[in-house]
Amino acid sequence: MPEHDTGGTLGTPAQEVGGFLRRRSEQVAQRWADEPLFRTVFTVSRDEAVEAGKAIVDALAHVADTQRVEDPDAAGFTGVREQLARMGAARSRAGLSATQVSAELAALLPPVENLLVADLDGQEPERVRECTTALSVLMGTLRLVAMQTALSEVQALTDRQRLQLLEVATPVIKLWDGIVAVPLIGTLDSARSQVVMETLLEAVVDQHARFAILDITGVPTVDSLVAQHLMKTVAAARLMGAECVVSGIRPAIAQTMVHLGLDLGTVKTRASLADALGYCLHELGANIVNAAPDGAGRR
Amino acid sequence: MHTDAGVEARLPIRSDMDLVWVRQHVRQAAARLGFGLVDQTKLVTAASELARNTLVHGGGGLMEASHVADGGTDGLRLTFSDTGPGIPDLDRALSDGYTSGGGLGMGLGGSRRLVHDFVVESVPGSGTTVRVTSWVSRPPRPREEA
Ligand SMILES: Nc1ncnc2c1ncn2[C@@H]1O[C@H](COP(=O)(O)OP(=O)(O)OP(=O)(O)O)[C@@H](O)[C@H]1O
Ligand SMILES: [Mg+2]
Repeated sequence: MPEHDTGGTLGTPAQEVGGFLRRRSEQVAQRWADEPLFRTVFTVSRDEAVEAGKAIVDALAHVADTQRVEDPDAAGFTGVREQLARMGAARSRAGLSATQVSAELAALLPPVENLLVADLDGQEPERVRECTTALSVLMGTLRLVAMQTALSEVQALTDRQRLQLLEVATPVIKLWDGIVAVPLIGTLDSARSQVVMETLLEAVVDQHARFAILDITGVPTVDSLVAQHLMKTVAAARLMGAECVVSGIRPAIAQTMVHLGLDLGTVKTRASLADALGYCLHELGANIVNAAPDGAGRR
Repeated sequence: MHTDAGVEARLPIRSDMDLVWVRQHVRQAAARLGFGLVDQTKLVTAASELARNTLVHGGGGLMEASHVADGGTDGLRLTFSDTGPGIPDLDRALSDGYTSGGGLGMGLGGSRRLVHDFVVESVPGSGTTVRVTSWVSRPPRPREEA
């Protein structure tokens, strides 16, 4: 690879763009520093913005040299992914939508394009057109890389939150001597229901529970998999000597279960958590005395 | 103004996580078209079953959602497609309790009962497409401007 290009017609349009970016790295970065994207992210000093811009120009030059202007996975982008992610994150924190961030990235093209056209002054119009096309494809790919990076950050965040939810969303509550309850909230997928089952069985053992209430008020969808998980949990609890009661089946879900053909078999169900508790207390032989009994005449 | 934003979508079905998006989208789209709570729940549940079949039996695929209109009635159409092994015996697959895996065998037949219109096209060896449609039973609420 030539150490230094002198601006003559050289190689493919992509390679020519690569040479141009290398030569004009400083000027491009200077102009970008005045664009909203850089100006608003690097508020402390302009030099910082220029440095960041240069790193991106260098990455672009590398990608152009290797003739992979259309390839978001080109090795040249590796070094700047993190920086692009930070810039994108800063803009979304400032309240910009993905579309707006994308528009700010698109605004980086015209200043470079003007420099390129000035640089190619005197060359065949056809050649100039090919080079500007290569440049705009390259800048489009940069935009794609930035958006991909931002998306994978979001994905990583949701995955993390999901794991956290797995851990925290299955409290087992002791309602009474011998009665525990699990309020289920959210999606009862296979991983969640495994956790629920384990936590519940542990609680049954630890608390010598005779009854376990599974309250599904917070479960938005009961399909055949959820029903299967519920039945397995109930069967396992039964083996441990505890009877399960499922409560909180909302009317819309009950109707849907009937059409789907799901029936919870021999599993006891109650409309609300309170009803389920009442049933369990009754079975345990505990007497519930009304707070305001017959004594109308008593003072 | 009439807008299909929030209804039309093509969602990948490649992981358990994707099933969450599918359910969420169907709920939102159904609400937007004016389906009542019970009908929303039926559609979401049917979508959950069919999307899981696409994932588990079909090896992954795609759900497409679209707004359909017939005269003055709005409907939601959901198409689940995969390029998996296909279903060799459709009648058997649709019967309650039949499963080739460890399921309950209620998904396919059950989801047919949850929607107004249900079409399966399956070619053994090249894939399965299930298309379901449901119609809003009462006049749609005036839609908010998007
Ligand atoms: N997209 C598909 N591709 C291939 N085979 C399918 C597909 N969808 C369903 N099947 C076949 O039809 C059978 C019945 O499907 P159904 O959804 O009723 O039951 P299931 O998925 O086995 O269990 P579940 O009750 O948990 O849904 C499946 O076991 C499978 O053999
Ligand atoms: Mg199924």
